[in-house]
Amino acid sequence: MKNFIDKLKKLNSKGNYSIYLVLIALFIVSWMANENFATWGNLSNISRQIAVGTILAFGQTILIISGMLDLSSGSVLALAGVLSVSVYTMTQSLALSFIVGIAVAVFCNILNGLMVTKFKTPPFIATLAMMAMARGAALMYTKGQNIYQIGDYVVFGQGSWFGIPNPIWFLVITLAITWYLLKHTVFGRSIYAIGGNEEASNASGINVNKVKMKAYIINGIFVGLAGIIFMSRVNGGLPNGAIGFEFKSLTAAVIGGTSFTGGVGTASGTLAGAFIVGFLDNIMVLIGVDSYLQQIVRGAIIALAVIYDISIKTKRKRTKLIKAK
Amino acid sequence: MSLDLFYYEYKVVHREEIMSQEVKLSVSNIEKSFPGVKALDRIEFSVRKGSVHVLCGENGAGKSTLMKIINGIYQPDAGKILIDGQEVQIKNPIQARSLGISMIFQELNYIPEMTIEESLFVGNWPLDKMKKVDWPEIRKRTVALLKEEGLNYSPTTKLKNLTVSDIQMLEIIKAISYQSDIIIMDEPTSAITQKEVDLLFKKIFELRSRGAAIIYISHKMDEIFKIADDITIFRDGKVIDSRPKEELDIDTVISLMVGRKLSNNFPKVDVPIGNVILETKNITGELFDDISFNVKKGEVVGFAGLMGAGRSEVMRAIFGLDPIYSGEILINGKKVSIKKVQDSISKKVVMLSEDRRRYGIIPVRSVKENISISNLNKFIYSGKLHAQKENETVSYYCEKMNVKTPSFETNIEALSGGNQQKVLLAKWLITDPEVFIVDEPTRGIDVGAKYEIYKLISDLVADGKSVIMVSSELPELIGMCDRIYVMAKGNIMGSLEKENFSQENIMRLATASITKH
Repeated sequence: MKNFIDKLKKLNSKGNYSIYLVLIALFIVSWMANENFATWGNLSNISRQIAVGTILAFGQTILIISGMLDLSSGSVLALAGVLSVSVYTMTQSLALSFIVGIAVAVFCNILNGLMVTKFKTPPFIATLAMMAMARGAALMYTKGQNIYQIGDYVVFGQGSWFGIPNPIWFLVITLAITWYLLKHTVFGRSIYAIGGNEEASNASGINVNKVKMKAYIINGIFVGLAGIIFMSRVNGGLPNGAIGFEFKSLTAAVIGGTSFTGGVGTASGTLAGAFIVGFLDNIMVLIGVDSYLQQIVRGAIIALAVIYDISIKTKRKRTKLIKAK
Repeated sequence: MSLDLFYYEYKVVHREEIMSQEVKLSVSNIEKSFPGVKALDRIEFSVRKGSVHVLCGENGAGKSTLMKIINGIYQPDAGKILIDGQEVQIKNPIQARSLGISMIFQELNYIPEMTIEESLFVGNWPLDKMKKVDWPEIRKRTVALLKEEGLNYSPTTKLKNLTVSDIQMLEIIKAISYQSDIIIMDEPTSAITQKEVDLLFKKIFELRSRGAAIIYISHKMDEIFKIADDITIFRDGKVIDSRPKEELDIDTVISLMVGRKLSNNFPKVDVPIGNVILETKNITGELFDDISFNVKKGEVVGFAGLMGAGRSEVMRAIFGLDPIYSGEILINGKKVSIKKVQDSISKKVVMLSEDRRRYGIIPVRSVKENISISNLNKFIYSGKLHAQKENETVSYYCEKMNVKTPSFETNIEALSGGNQQKVLLAKWLITDPEVFIVDEPTRGIDVGAKYEIYKLISDLVADGKSVIMVSSELPELIGMCDRIYVMAKGNIMGSLEKENFSQENIMRLATASITKH
């Protein structure tokens, strides 16, 4: 047993694996707390529920690692979603509406990127501005009315392929893309480097602005995709939909070990973070926790995750100093 | 090695006089371990009133750890600390200060937006009757301190508008202003110019005659022998030797530090010099004016000057970090346009920055990632990073550079300064540069690593490459360079050929500008 713990410690010192242990522990505890938790139906339900937020969280992860973030993702999701739905009701073309959804979100994120790179606006402010503008644009376009009768558009969020619901497919695809980009490409390395030390990255020959712009564009693709799935799942174009999703996605990323000081984070960590939130929400409903208390628990989890992250960092820093001196 | 140009009001204190003083601070049997490392092993050490005790040793030898224990930052695992013969427990730096200990740190941590007066009294604000911070009092004391030290700044100047060396001087003033009896200085001269070093030494001698006990950590031999009364040498967490200065000489100290004899301080060999490879014609930037110089194949060209002379700024501009307003840069006789770092890398000009923490390392990432960051395109096969190719290259260069690291996945912050520097050198070597600019390549690193860096520079030019070496350590420039340009106030004041190399000649040019501008 001691041996096992030592091994775990060693494993944890190489990377941060505790998040996965928390996820497994939570799974087991939830299973014991309610027999309905670990059924295929329930788990598939959780996955579908978290899909939209998690896809946003992957974009968020890339941005946070490089020292940026996106507060506009919920609003841009709504704008891209309603435009996409609207195009579908006009043209009945799934392909065209899909492309429009993605394009709108990418356009908004190019603006985010320009504000950050060309005009040196802090990402927090730039995307805060975009958050208001995109929501306003969605409401203005729809005159505040929901768009109903979306027909076959529901396939994106409610259809399935090989027995697996489409949102889960999209979730897996965006996970794979994020993982591949972060792990195996120059772009990924540059993202980590910029988040670790932007000036040193520039002095190492990385085109910092270009990489940041790319990060926002990729975020835009994910946000657009999330918008399409979201509207499809709710059976309509909701200009007031997905309010607060930017914070949902930030939560998943932060719980998953993405560090707000930059340079640290993984796609799989974010996925685990999203599932921890999903499991918690689900089990709290299943065992009948008061819905106000649920909010408190959710908040406390974020605080705990960050406290843990920082305590690990200070501990590592201490050992570091020692070794260095 | 002394600089005759500078005159020290140095009162020789005789050994008997020092021995007659009481021991101010002593530690006995201090031990400290960190996971996997025994940082300090049964340390015995003492310093008398009115004396300067120099600690030397390679990075990682344990000097700084011991000082952090004395300053209350770390707690020892075992052993005692005695002040005036009384055992004391030092739990934190505030307590250390109340015991009359103050410390000047090696690395500057300052808040750029703070004014001089704010920074001088951080954590030590005088309070008025209402328990409010007494700003008029702070102003009064700051003005008095600045005047006393002959620093020509207003108390409301922000630190960001000062040079690094001024900030370091302020730190020193701050430590002195506490009226401490025990003053610890951890490499205080690594960021200041010769002129300020003189000022600092004068200050140290004043403090000593006032009866303060001074512990001084340094790597610089000439400096050590100028100010030490006693010298203690650390190696691998142990005290190797501790003696009065009179019983030691530079070679002995160095060999005790590294545990081996350094036969030759500068391993530079003569190699044939070829055609001009890099040339600038009248380039002007924000902090330099009308700079023309050239570098030939196989040459090590030095840039000397006082802090703030504009040497680093010229190099930053050539490397594409800062803009050039006018003038031309020619490589192999062809005019080139360098607007960003990518341009200079593609022209095979690279630079090792003087500020390792800011422009060098990427802290939270691994040794491997820090090495490959400038070379990722070399490891790309159909859009994917080739892990094996990358690992092979990284391990080859780590071995070549003798980087001491537990693994390539180790966080770069876990390495000593010298090893971090070698990692950064490896990064640039992989780009296969023709012109390698090294700005203060040996600042704050230990003797062994210094020697390895000199060796690397020598190997590079032997291989037909060229090196531009910016340094504030004159012996280093004289030992390594084929030609030295001397800058002052943003201008090149002159260049020296090998036969005219001397510290005096360099300093004469470096200080000449004051009359010119």
